[in-house]
Parts: sequence; C-alpha cells; structure tokens
Amino acid sequence: MADHDVAVLGVGMHPWGKWGRNFVEYGIEASRAALADAGLDWSDIQFVSGADTIRNGYPGYVSGATFAQALGWQGAPVASSYAACASGATALNAARAQILSGLCDVALVVGADTTPKGFLAPTAGERGDDPDWLRFRLLGATNPTYFALYARRRMELFGATPADFAKVKVKNAAHGLSNPNARYRKAVTEEEVMASPVVAEPLRLLDICATSDGAAAVVVSSMDYAKRKGVTAPVRVAAISTVTPSYPNTVIEMPDFATDSATAVPAGPVTFRDAIAHQAYAEAGLGPDDLDVAEVYDLSTALELDWYENIGLCGPGEAEKLVHDGATTVGGRIPVNPSGGLACFGEAVPAQALAQVCEIAWQLRGDAGDRQVEGAKVGLTVNQGLFGHGSSVILTR
Amino acid sequence: MTTKDRVPAVDGWFTLDDADPRLLGNRCTRCGSYFFPKASGFCRNPGCDGTEFDEVPLSNRGTIWSFTTNHYAPPAPYVAADPFEPFSVAAVELPEEKMVVLGQIADGVDPAALRVGDEVQLTLGTLVEDDEHEYVVWKWKPIEGARADG
Repeated sequence: MADHDVAVLGVGMHPWGKWGRNFVEYGIEASRAALADAGLDWSDIQFVSGADTIRNGYPGYVSGATFAQALGWQGAPVASSYAACASGATALNAARAQILSGLCDVALVVGADTTPKGFLAPTAGERGDDPDWLRFRLLGATNPTYFALYARRRMELFGATPADFAKVKVKNAAHGLSNPNARYRKAVTEEEVMASPVVAEPLRLLDICATSDGAAAVVVSSMDYAKRKGVTAPVRVAAISTVTPSYPNTVIEMPDFATDSATAVPAGPVTFRDAIAHQAYAEAGLGPDDLDVAEVYDLSTALELDWYENIGLCGPGEAEKLVHDGATTVGGRIPVNPSGGLACFGEAVPAQALAQVCEIAWQLRGDAGDRQVEGAKVGLTVNQGLFGHGSSVILTR
Repeated sequence: MTTKDRVPAVDGWFTLDDADPRLLGNRCTRCGSYFFPKASGFCRNPGCDGTEFDEVPLSNRGTIWSFTTNHYAPPAPYVAADPFEPFSVAAVELPEEKMVVLGQIADGVDPAALRVGDEVQLTLGTLVEDDEHEYVVWKWKPIEGARADG
C-alpha cells in the first residue's frame, strides 16, 4: 500500500547513558540532530508529536508541548502520546495520520527519558486500585520477574539453556561496540554472562536490559513534500502496528495478576506478540522473508529469542538455532539488533521505539558504519510494553 | 508474647481460611467467563454484554506454568525482609477456570526442587509484619508426591 507511505526525512538521537540531566535537554538534542539530518529548520515543522515519560512529572505527561516550548514556541499543533514501551511508535503513528489525512506535510516526533537507577518502580503513594502498584506490593513482581517466567517457559517448552540466552548478549554486545549512541560498548563473553549475578532465575544481570537516559527523534513528511525537497528515494514508513491483544489473552503479562479466562471463548492461534508483527506485515503487504534487518525489544536475552518466532523468522523452538548459526548476527541471513539492542542501550521507555526506527533508517540508508547490514532495503521494529501496548514499524527503501 | 492481628494484605481477593483458603474471583452470569481480580461493571469478553457477576472461589489447585526466584529486593511498595531473602513467584494454570494466576511460592520451599507442570495448592503466608499486624497473602505450595513423572 505505497499510497500509505510517509517519508523519513531525518533521524537523530541523544546518546543513551545515565547522564542525570533533565529529559528535555536530551529531547532537544535529538530533535536538532533529526532536523539537521533532514535539512530542515524547526520553523518548517507543522506538527509536533511527543512520546511521554511518566517519571518526570507534568512536563513528561505533555511531552509534545514541553519539547515545542524548549525548541521555541512556533505555533505548530501538538500531540502527546503514552503507550508504555510503544509510546514512540504511537507518537509516530499520530504524526503519520496527520500527514496521510493531509492535515500537515511534515512533523517532528520525539521521545526522551531520564530514569532512576535500578528496577522501574510504580507511581508512588497508596494506590490500591492500580494493578501496577499492587503487583509490586502483593507479589514483589518486578519487570524481570515476568521476563524470567517467559525464559523458564522457553527452557521448559524448547529445551533452551542459559548458554543459549548468553549467546544473544554476546551477539548484541558485539553489534553495539562501535555504535556511538549505545551506552554499553564492550565485548562480552558467554562466560561473563553466565557468571554475572542472578537477578530472577534463570536470568542474570547481563541477560536483562538496564534502564537508561536517552532520546530519539524522527522527522517524517508526505512523499510529495519529500519530492519537493529533492529527496528522491527516501526511507519510507510502510506500516505502523499498534494493535491491542485479542480476548482471551492467555499469556500472563505485566502488570497483570492473571490472564484472561478461556472458558467462554477459546484462545486463538495467534498470541499478542505474534499479532503485533502480523498487523505490520499485513499493512505493508510484506512478510518475514522480505526482511533484511530487524530491531526487536530484547528486554531480556531470552525474550529476543521469543521475538524471532513472533515475527516469523523461524518456527516455535527454532530461535536458539538461529543465534547459534549466526543467522541473526550482522553478516548472517537476517541480522537482528545491529544497533546492539537494549542489551547495549538499556531502556529509555518513550525514546526506545523511536531509537529502533532511527537504527533501521540508518541501515536502509547505508549509514550504519561498522554495523551496516549490506544492501538492506526492508527493516522491521517490534516491541511490547505493559497494559496491552505493543508496536511494530516496517521501513522500506 | 502478644499475638498480632492477622489481616489480609488486600481486601476481598482471598478467604482468610487456613484450612482451605481460596482466591476470590468472579464469573459473568451471562457468558461464564472468570475474572481475577474481580471484574466490575461490564464483562470483558467483547462478545458478551453481561453486567452482572457472581463472586466465586477459584480452584485451590493448579499446575505450575512457570516460576522464578527473585534475588534482588523489589522496590517499594514491596516491603522486603531485612536482610533480604530471595523469594519465588509462580504462574499457575487453573484447569477449570482456564487461566493463569500469579502468586508467591510458600516460604521454605526449595525452588531448585520445582518443575514446570508440578501440581500446587493454595495456602496462606505472611507478606509483611509490623508491630501490631501480620499482613497475609495467598501463596502456592507444592503438593508432595504430586509430580507425574516422579
């Protein structure tokens, strides 16, 4: 459906780290980088779409306006989106809808976060009606608790081992070595992963992504606007999926205490994680065999293996073989997380889905340096967050 | 020694019956879907327009879908033991309700002895204590000798 494409005119980031500064500063730096990459001025932007942070007070809840004010009020309409880990893709989709409906020609999408050290924690106070608060209070169920439940399940169903999980970290660490925006740029061995402290069995510290500060921004426009600017072969957004689960959702997910019951309606064959990518493929008119590169949400090493199957790179239980054979390493059949992934970045929630888009854009332009996937023309991002949020973006060139 | 008041850590989610504790869910009177914690207002089955629910005790036995042991203290509002002791969390499949429910594993259970598929039973345990109260929560404990493959 090429008539639904929008052009990616520019991308930019503020490097991930633990910088301890205000999230707005990172967002501005990423925005300026994306504008410069697009060859546009801030005054050219006709719509501002912010991805919210819930950890930085009111300015974080109205991020679109916060960034617009910091860049200098210039009158552009604004929107702010929160969709947990999918916030960046949801903000991108808001901008795309404005462009495709003809309400604007060119938009800036930006997400940034400053995160505290340690486990992501729920909103403070006595919040007995908030399942995110209650799961910490009553169960001590951190995010890695849920990641570990999935990892153990994978071991049980498919015979996966901690060594398989460690191989994912080794691969991603190697990919991120020369990525200037990555927080961790250090080679890691399987032995180091398997000697790191256990966080939530069977996952160890080096199996689980950190929480980071960082920002990413994307400038998107109509195809006509790109043409008028002389950009003849831009990276295109071919699909954005932000589907919710289908009832009954029978996989336990953050921050829930229980799954849906399958008594009245039997569970369908497609899980929520599967559906996120399926919808993107359907919209783009493409399939897994068309992909040259993917950025998947490796909140844990084991979860990256789940994603291989969810996005159709292989059948159930075959993901370990892909990583063993080097198929998902740069230079392999279908490189996954050439950026280094969350393993090298850590998670900056509202920026992360946009960071995935930035990486795929650089890959399709041939601008990814040492981590370049040769000849990449089609790339996919995918992620999942809590409260039924997930996203997948397909870019083509 | 004074006896502390035993109170549930959350109201209305389970019975405080040591002999046969049960999680309290509810069930749509129209389509029969179960919910835990209890649904209110409208049935969450998109094909059902039910608005009334019967409170039901959920099955007190199920099988382990997956489990983990947390080796770092979770952040507040969890109140961790000091010094911190690792604790385990299980996702348990309830066959009759066709749903998976989370719960901590009972104190004193060696997680190294657990397997996915093991049968477990609901029990009560201490979540946290203060000077006057023992806050009680539901936990899962293995049923001795219940493993099918020995």
